[in-house]
Amino acid sequence: MNSLILKKELLIKLTIVALTLWFIWFSNTHFDEYTVRILNNIAIFVILAVSYNLINGVTGQFSLEPNGFVAIEAYVTALLLVSPESKQYQYAIVDPYPFILTLHANFVVALLLGGIFSAILAACLSFPVFRVRGDYLAIVTLGFGFIIKILAINVPEATNGSLGLNDIPEFSNLYWTGGIAMIAVIVVLNIINSKFGRAMKAVRDDEDAAIAMGVNTFKAKTLAFCTSAFFEGVGGGLLAALLTSISPDLFDFFFTFQLLIIIVLGGLGSTTGAIIGTVLVMGGSEWMRFLDEPIHLFGYNAPAMPGMRMVVFSLGLILIMLFAREGIMGKRELTDFFKPRKKGDK
Amino acid sequence: MDLTMFMQQMVNGFSLGSMYALIAIGYTMVYGVLRLINFAHGDIMMVGGFLGYFGIAILGLPFGAAVLLAIVGSAILGMASDFIAYRPLRSAPKISLLITAIGVSFFLENAFNVFFGGVPRAFPVPAYLEEIVDIMGLTMPVSAIIVPIITAFLLAAILWVLFKTKYGMAIRALAFDVGTVNLMGIDANRIITLVFGMGSALAAVGGIFWAVNYPSVEPMMGVLVGLKAFAAAVVGGIGSVGGAVLGGLIIGFTEVVVIAFFPELGGYKDAFAFIFLILILLFKPTGILGIDFEKSRF
Repeated sequence: MNSLILKKELLIKLTIVALTLWFIWFSNTHFDEYTVRILNNIAIFVILAVSYNLINGVTGQFSLEPNGFVAIEAYVTALLLVSPESKQYQYAIVDPYPFILTLHANFVVALLLGGIFSAILAACLSFPVFRVRGDYLAIVTLGFGFIIKILAINVPEATNGSLGLNDIPEFSNLYWTGGIAMIAVIVVLNIINSKFGRAMKAVRDDEDAAIAMGVNTFKAKTLAFCTSAFFEGVGGGLLAALLTSISPDLFDFFFTFQLLIIIVLGGLGSTTGAIIGTVLVMGGSEWMRFLDEPIHLFGYNAPAMPGMRMVVFSLGLILIMLFAREGIMGKRELTDFFKPRKKGDK
Repeated sequence: MDLTMFMQQMVNGFSLGSMYALIAIGYTMVYGVLRLINFAHGDIMMVGGFLGYFGIAILGLPFGAAVLLAIVGSAILGMASDFIAYRPLRSAPKISLLITAIGVSFFLENAFNVFFGGVPRAFPVPAYLEEIVDIMGLTMPVSAIIVPIITAFLLAAILWVLFKTKYGMAIRALAFDVGTVNLMGIDANRIITLVFGMGSALAAVGGIFWAVNYPSVEPMMGVLVGLKAFAAAVVGGIGSVGGAVLGGLIIGFTEVVVIAFFPELGGYKDAFAFIFLILILLFKPTGILGIDFEKSRF
């Protein structure tokens, strides 16, 4: 690649970053509270989707654990942020462990600690988990997410059980969520384009061939898993600080399912696709709220059917898989559209 | 802990394990022929429970007829799900199939949630099933005896179909090598649909037993049971019908015994199946009765 194309690419990237920053500033100052809240949600899910895509789409390891990692960091952040006085007041089922009451840290430390915590857990998990492949991996990781939820309910000394934690200071705002989303995207893209990224793609395309070529597939998978866990964790922390209250129910399998729809819709393996998928699904699910309400159409009055949205969603997922398996972007990235065609390409 | 109490728990464990086994057989058969974790299987069990409920509570059918309705209805639903959602994806990457299965699972859950409400409905258990009998000092409801008996009967029937009939031979051949089966003039698609039908019918029976035991039905009841039954199938050795039964019994016994003897661990009872699963995969990735995946099945 000659330097002219490199410069052009850099220019495109810088333009995108500048536009994103401008958009964050603009929406924070011009949009109403409701819109900003949706944008906050979208930004958090961009972090989650992009990092989930790294392990599921880029590395091709079908894992179903994000709800576990998100839950861990959400709890860590919440425990660190809630003031000791408020905690004393909140624990209703049993008295908390004494050290829980002493925990306190500022927002950045809380986010980082939680992220590192889930990354370390992912590293430990990767030893048993990556002994199996394919479907088994899916079911083992699903089991892990499930065990985390059970722990959140059953260790009320730390998590306050099914009541969850309330009164979390609201730190998340668009500068945090949007900024971290941008960092997550940049980091993930850089990993994908590095030596490790190529190893990950090799694992996805043909693991046996990759092993035969001398790729350390375990290392590639673990790196993807840990990176993904770190950002899923940070996203969870931001979510806790946005919602201001968390409970185990928030982190059931549906959470993972939503992320799965997002990355499948966008195109498994494409970071741009993950972002587009997030905007469509999160925006769409806001828009589709009318499905849950009573519908008045041409004199026909349908009663409110709470949950209709989910039916439409799951049908949507099936239809995408049946008719548009590649999703919107396939495996392509936005920048691929600007690249000059190589010789032989059609 | 006296012996009577111990035996009582054994009976309970056997009953619960039988239910897991019934559902696990469906997982293991579908996995055997299609290499697909049918995430929707637990929800088909839920539909079976609901159909039984509708049969008794709305249509006023006798219990036996309601069970038959549930079996037929679930079998049709299972075959339809294969026909609509899985058959077009036969040549697709496996991940597409798996995601579709999750989609079908969520569709069934949410559709039932929307149309029939998420509140558990009391299941009208016929009185003769709830009657308490006394056998050698053990008191138990009739259902606790009938469930394992019917499970054993159904298991025998499945094994007969698999090993004594032409269809069974086709299924075993399919599990062995899809390409060759097609060359032999067997319609693989039809056989796979048949497997879905058989598995779903068993799941319906499991669903009704479940509804009888915890006398209620609700749209989410299949999620956890389905996952545990899948764990049971893997623990026993996926692809092996006997393994599914063994795994189901192990998981069922563990749950009952742990709750009976360590009540303080009761909150974790749902996690045991997964802990078993992870341990088994670590030490014997093919499960207890599992044979080498690439060589033989069933």
